[in-house]
Amino acid sequence: MTTFRSPFSRRGFLQGAAALTGATALGGLPFGARAQALTELTVGFIYVGPRDDFGYNQAHAEGAAAVKAMAGVTVVEEENVPETMDVQKSMESMINLDGAALIFPTSFGYFDPHILELAGKYPEVRFEHCGGMWTKDKHPMNVGSYFGYIGMGQYLNGVAAGHASKTKKIGFVAAKPIPQVLLNINSFLLGARSVDPTITCQVIFTGEWSLAVKEAEATNALCDAGCDVITCHVDGPKVVIETAAGRGSFVCGYHANQSALAPELYLTGAEWNWAAVYTKMVETTMAGGVIDNFVRGGLADGFIKMSPLGPAVPEAGRKQFEAVQAEILKGGFAAIKGPLKDNTGAEIAAAGQSFLETDPALESMSYLVEGVIGSTS
Amino acid sequence: MAVAESLMQGSARSEGLRDTLARRAEAVVIPALALLAGLVVFGLFLLTQGKSPFSFLYYVWQGAYGSAFSWQNTLSRAAPLLMAALCVALPARLGLVVIGGEGAIVLGGVAAGALAGPLAGVTPVIALPLLALAAMIVGGAWIGASGALRFYRGVNETIASLLLSYIAIALMNHLVEGPLRDPASLNKPSTAPLVEGLRVGNLPGMEVHWGLLFGIIGCVVSWVLIERTSWGFGARIAGANVKAAQVQGLPVGRLVIGFTALGGAFAGLAGFFEVTAIHGTANASLAAGYGYTGILIAFLARHNPLAILPVALLLAGFDASSGLVQRRMDLPDAAVVVLQGFVFMAILISETLYGRFDIFHPERRAR
Amino acid sequence: MAGDLGLWGIPVAIVGGAIRVSTPFLFVSLGEVLTERSGRINLGLEGTLVFGAMAGYGTAVLTGSAWAGVLVAALAGVVFGLVHGIICSLPKVNDIAVGIAMMLLGSGLAFYFGKPFIQPTAPDLPAIALGGWSDLPQVQAALNVNVLFLIGLALALVMAWMFRSTKVGLTLRVVGDSTDAARAMGLRPAVIRTLATAAGGAFAGVGGAYLSLYYPGSWNEAISSGQGLMAVALVIFARWNPVACFWAALLFGGAGALGPALQSVGVTKGYYLFYAAPYVLTLGVLIATSSTTRALSGAPGELSITK
Repeated sequence: MTTFRSPFSRRGFLQGAAALTGATALGGLPFGARAQALTELTVGFIYVGPRDDFGYNQAHAEGAAAVKAMAGVTVVEEENVPETMDVQKSMESMINLDGAALIFPTSFGYFDPHILELAGKYPEVRFEHCGGMWTKDKHPMNVGSYFGYIGMGQYLNGVAAGHASKTKKIGFVAAKPIPQVLLNINSFLLGARSVDPTITCQVIFTGEWSLAVKEAEATNALCDAGCDVITCHVDGPKVVIETAAGRGSFVCGYHANQSALAPELYLTGAEWNWAAVYTKMVETTMAGGVIDNFVRGGLADGFIKMSPLGPAVPEAGRKQFEAVQAEILKGGFAAIKGPLKDNTGAEIAAAGQSFLETDPALESMSYLVEGVIGSTS
Repeated sequence: MAVAESLMQGSARSEGLRDTLARRAEAVVIPALALLAGLVVFGLFLLTQGKSPFSFLYYVWQGAYGSAFSWQNTLSRAAPLLMAALCVALPARLGLVVIGGEGAIVLGGVAAGALAGPLAGVTPVIALPLLALAAMIVGGAWIGASGALRFYRGVNETIASLLLSYIAIALMNHLVEGPLRDPASLNKPSTAPLVEGLRVGNLPGMEVHWGLLFGIIGCVVSWVLIERTSWGFGARIAGANVKAAQVQGLPVGRLVIGFTALGGAFAGLAGFFEVTAIHGTANASLAAGYGYTGILIAFLARHNPLAILPVALLLAGFDASSGLVQRRMDLPDAAVVVLQGFVFMAILISETLYGRFDIFHPERRAR
Repeated sequence: MAGDLGLWGIPVAIVGGAIRVSTPFLFVSLGEVLTERSGRINLGLEGTLVFGAMAGYGTAVLTGSAWAGVLVAALAGVVFGLVHGIICSLPKVNDIAVGIAMMLLGSGLAFYFGKPFIQPTAPDLPAIALGGWSDLPQVQAALNVNVLFLIGLALALVMAWMFRSTKVGLTLRVVGDSTDAARAMGLRPAVIRTLATAAGGAFAGVGGAYLSLYYPGSWNEAISSGQGLMAVALVIFARWNPVACFWAALLFGGAGALGPALQSVGVTKGYYLFYAAPYVLTLGVLIATSSTTRALSGAPGELSITK
């Protein structure tokens, strides 16, 4: 079809896959086992926004940079690709013209229908999607989804916020009321309430993933409402962090480390650690193995990390932060646990009931917990 | 003025074939030279950036037109742009500047997505035209409203259509995240997914959806309407001079509302194809900016529906090559936007050259 | 920190929002008034705004001076305006179309050259604290008025006076109302329109610098959500009157603050509809004040968009 297709990618990958099927038939090899190693691999990364947005896309691009440094790996990247026909054509172009055999389309909206569409058409290419819910028997086997339990990071943000807040009111600038965002808001408040159960969290939805002026207005509205610690879940947190710090509020980061934007007021932040995840996935592929279709991991697995605590966190906060972090690392810690009601009074968890971070129920969260001021629609 | 123009065209038809060809050649040669000039300017820009203009051109060619895959990439991107451009070009015949096509695309898509649920059990042969019709009615009403406001209230249609487009996007967000939201659409709020039967597939033998064909048909039909019917004739007279048109007894109000609504209906149809051929559901991805690109295409095509075809192909081709340029030359994604800027400026500047070269006007040489 | 203002928070937020958000609208629409009064329309000010935001921010990062950034943004605006003005002086060239292409070119160049400036932090423009009389931090914050806002207000008043009672203003109006009349008076319409477009471009560049250097105060590719295009539309709304542009910009900015403010006092349902308030309100006022029987009062006769 075109002069650009590398003769290597299709054949080489098919051989690897065939070898692996054989190996599985022989009783199954562990994750990442050597079937038939590849000598070179082209990996594609697609971002929905600019690569250096201090946030979501930057976190992924940092992961891609780590992959780029691996021997035998060629990385191709595209930024600002909307969740339309465009992303299908970008993926296809990477496959057809660059010979990409492993693609990371990193925005949630790329999954259905775009990745699913292409996965059927290019069964020999592996699609790894961030945030999606790959389901066996429903989705193709050459598609995988991965995500991190970053809600725990927001819980730790909340612990630091609970100690720093004097007004006992904290704020959250959110893009849209979707499960991932709601979990972060709830975790942030519950973390703060583990310090002081009277704390409330005001949330303002901007309705868009990236809209600078509205994010700034939302931050100002939170400051006006008396919130003195602010965090967010938008694609690029730079505007929220700078505006909040400009009003003298403490801030907690998200997606990436934003401490440089407000060194004195930055408490801590929940960061992605995609470099660790991506290099491992590429290693597996290079070794001729197959990446698990459903990959999740948290703080203990190195999927997420916390920014170093800032100078504004008091000593007591530092101690509690470290204690909770140690407990999360140990495993078995639940942020969402009973007795718990949502902010309309309906029960979410009875006393003694708890949702571990790995619980799939959390991935379809549709409520805001008691103490959050805001609504989900 | 418009009357005189059409009279001149009439006499042109009686001229010899060579003369006619010479006249037609002007409309091809001037834009082609302008395209070349735009490329040269952009090439100089690239040189200042230490990049090779020749490899850039090569990748643009490869990514846009260099292979069957690239052609299909370009054609897929062109499909919604054709319909979006008609939303600007049709009202322009009346001298109206409508820039709110984005809103009609978005609401057309929402209408199709919302009605797909109730029509899930109906046979697609009936259900699909109904969905398309609903999308066209909603899109037509949205842009037609700008026309009606203009005619009945004297509200400037440019600002009204822009405001209505922002309102449409807010409405879409409200609907897909509120009343129309499928609870199963977790992290990307959307309407309920379409049943398989209501998904529009690809053109036979191609990987380009049916929207392309309907876009082309739309351009041809619009051209016939404008150039070959009394409606189109009336619209041009009204566009040149409303008072004169009214004196002649033309139904200016009906023309204004009709042409704006028809343009909006095409934009709504683009939304229908986005939902049925691409997304399979209505969500925020409907606001992809096609409406704004359509404005540019229509103006470059001088609001001639047939000229929309090549212009859309050029623009879609640039877009299609953007990824390859990014990947191969380590240029920012904006490089292709800059290229588009230079090329379109050159084409617009070239309009000043029409009529200046006698070679295209044999009748002058004869004199 | 003072406590909750309750429902009083809403008017405070609207006033604050109006002052914070309106400045780019004000500058762009004042620039467009200048251009359109001369009989030409520049739809490309969105591109100038975005480029001004990038150029201003980049300069401030490199020189450490926010005011140097404003100056460079204005100069960049002059260049964009001159290009538009000169091209549109050629016969048969459509000014609306060139504007749209300039919008593309300006944004493209801004994104192209702006990549290295997304990460660094630039110094902010200074604000004047006019809220010192109040004990409430909310009021103090709302009345933190940026110098550019005050300059914009002054410009609006000066421009109104200029159009009414100076020779420059009269010249612009004559050129804008009738090319033939202007020629008969010995004026050179093309040159005057080009200069007016260049000046208008400078205003739009400054509006962009306000976005990146004060509010929201950083450079990224989503910094403008169509403010430049909307501001051009506001000129028609304001009937080419500079002082009305000031009120239109305030109204638009204040209505934009309504959405977040309502959520912060607990009105949390249907926020998308509240976010649409500025557009609904503008359209409503437009419908209420327009009329078919009288032509758009104040509209320059040579303007292609109102013919």
